[in-house]
Amino acid sequence: MRHQVQLQIGPVALRVGSQWAGPIKALTRLYEGYPEPEAPCDFTVRLEPDKPWRRWIRPSVAVGGDYRLPGSVPLALRHGLLAAELGMNLQMALGHKRHLLLHASSVERDGRALLMTGESGAGKSTLAALLGERGWRLMGDEFALLDLDDGTLHPFPRAISLKNGSIAMLETEVEGRRLGPRLDGTPKGVIRHLRPNAGAIAAMAERAAPALILFPRFGADLAPAVRKVGAAEVFVRLTQASTNYVTLGERGFDALTRLVVSTPARAIDYHDTANALALVEGLWADLAR
Amino acid sequence: MSSAAHMVVRALRNPLSAERLSEEQWTALLTAARAESLLGSLADRLRDLNLPAKVSQILADARADAERARVQALWEAEMARRALAPLDVPVVLLKGTAYAAAGLAAGVGRSIGDLDILVPRDRLAVVQQALLSAGWEWVKEDAYDDLYYRRWMHELPPLIHKDRDRMIDVHHTILPLTARPTPDAAAMIVDSVALGDGLRGGGPLDKGLRILAPADMVIHAAAHLFADGDLAGGLRNLWDIDRLLREYGDRRHFWRDLAWRARRHQLRAPVARALRLAASLYATPVDEVCAGRRRWNDALFERRLLARSGWGSETNLALRLGFYIRSHTLRMPLPMLARHLWIKARQS
Repeated sequence: MRHQVQLQIGPVALRVGSQWAGPIKALTRLYEGYPEPEAPCDFTVRLEPDKPWRRWIRPSVAVGGDYRLPGSVPLALRHGLLAAELGMNLQMALGHKRHLLLHASSVERDGRALLMTGESGAGKSTLAALLGERGWRLMGDEFALLDLDDGTLHPFPRAISLKNGSIAMLETEVEGRRLGPRLDGTPKGVIRHLRPNAGAIAAMAERAAPALILFPRFGADLAPAVRKVGAAEVFVRLTQASTNYVTLGERGFDALTRLVVSTPARAIDYHDTANALALVEGLWADLAR
Repeated sequence: MSSAAHMVVRALRNPLSAERLSEEQWTALLTAARAESLLGSLADRLRDLNLPAKVSQILADARADAERARVQALWEAEMARRALAPLDVPVVLLKGTAYAAAGLAAGVGRSIGDLDILVPRDRLAVVQQALLSAGWEWVKEDAYDDLYYRRWMHELPPLIHKDRDRMIDVHHTILPLTARPTPDAAAMIVDSVALGDGLRGGGPLDKGLRILAPADMVIHAAAHLFADGDLAGGLRNLWDIDRLLREYGDRRHFWRDLAWRARRHQLRAPVARALRLAASLYATPVDEVCAGRRRWNDALFERRLLARSGWGSETNLALRLGFYIRSHTLRMPLPMLARHLWIKARQS
């Protein structure tokens, strides 16, 4: 590969190679201040033209690497940074089996972790990003890595992927140099990446014990509400949020059971972030243990 | 000679050579091994070496992956056994599942995808019916695809299980019917060995399932690699052959059996090629008469097998294209191929 960068993110080292300089430059700028990875890397991402001539003519980026999704649609070169991020997600989702992988965001305070999971658009990224600027440590906005032996959560503080409405909200909250380029017209709408703050990056090796699980749901017409969620429902929703639960077999079952049995869980509805943050703080004060 | 794939071959052949690798070489080696589905095998070969901590961790992950693949493959074989048990049909496991079920060295660390079984051709209809009743479904619904498999191929169209999402390939012989060699599949089934008969292992798979006789197992692996397909991922298949030959090579009459069975199945040339290339790449001890003299194009096959970079991508496009075209001409005569490609092009 002509251009490459290696990134250490939590316990995982990733290598991204590209036939074009652009995506690597953008990635290097976005991940400024991250530590040098310990070689060799766990996973490789390749950004390549999907047809040889697509390197120059209407260049388009196919996401490849150790693991790939057959039939995935290539992205325009100007969305190369998104391609790199998708490539890293893909390696984790299909390849990483050292931990139980939950599609969830997580933040930490006083050594204890809050885990948030929900469907796309539920606001788990936005809430984690905001909490990460207001006294919590951001552990990750995309994947939470549950330790199979001791049940702690490992940080995986990749750049946060802000979408559509949440972009403006964070633009007023953080310094501009922590934001990546604005990517208009991607398959997921407008995207802008946010580098976690220096504290979150410095603490990327520090694990935390899970203390509260939330299932947020956002809707402009939803009245703020808190609902108890039974253990069986929590369990099933987390199996759906996990990419490798089935693969891990008994070890995955044991780790998830321990998490569900030992951690209180609530579903919350909200229609604006101020009110969601208040709900989170209130529940944390009452329930976190 | 210094492609990343070549590093994989060297490390498999001589694990101690890995202790001198630089960080960069490690990344290239592990990436190429993963792309060739050889990371699990490599992890087993390097098990007891003194390696950098991060390398050891990645290799331990690969061993855990391979162990899960083994358990899952054996479970899938057991599911097929239960579905087919009432039929009183001999069911012969092939490839990775067979190696794992028999506890062969070729199965250690191996990734295993689909379940491949061999059954007598005149019992295909009942086998198909039993699998459909037990929850397997057709993957391809297209009428032409179905016809293509049934008239010309050596297996049923692929089936996938609706709950477990795992594929089964039901073979009635080991090469497409349109290929030039005609192996004697009935003889392979007659000569097959029941699991549990003098084999290691034990457990639920001991009853009712069979594996090929040693020589036939090598012949099938060689036919799969050199008489069918374009050699993509072939390093792994050649590693299977190395492990089988090292395991069986010391048995009485093994090489004599191999020679006459290869002739009976009309696969003497692919078997000879497999022996020569295994000897050349993996230093496999082989019988010189079976292997024959080195051919001018053995070097081309070697270069094709080694066309993998340290980024995991395939190299040497022209050579790969050549072998791709070869794979189609091996499968069927040219006019038939032209007709097939025409229909496939119109389909899409």
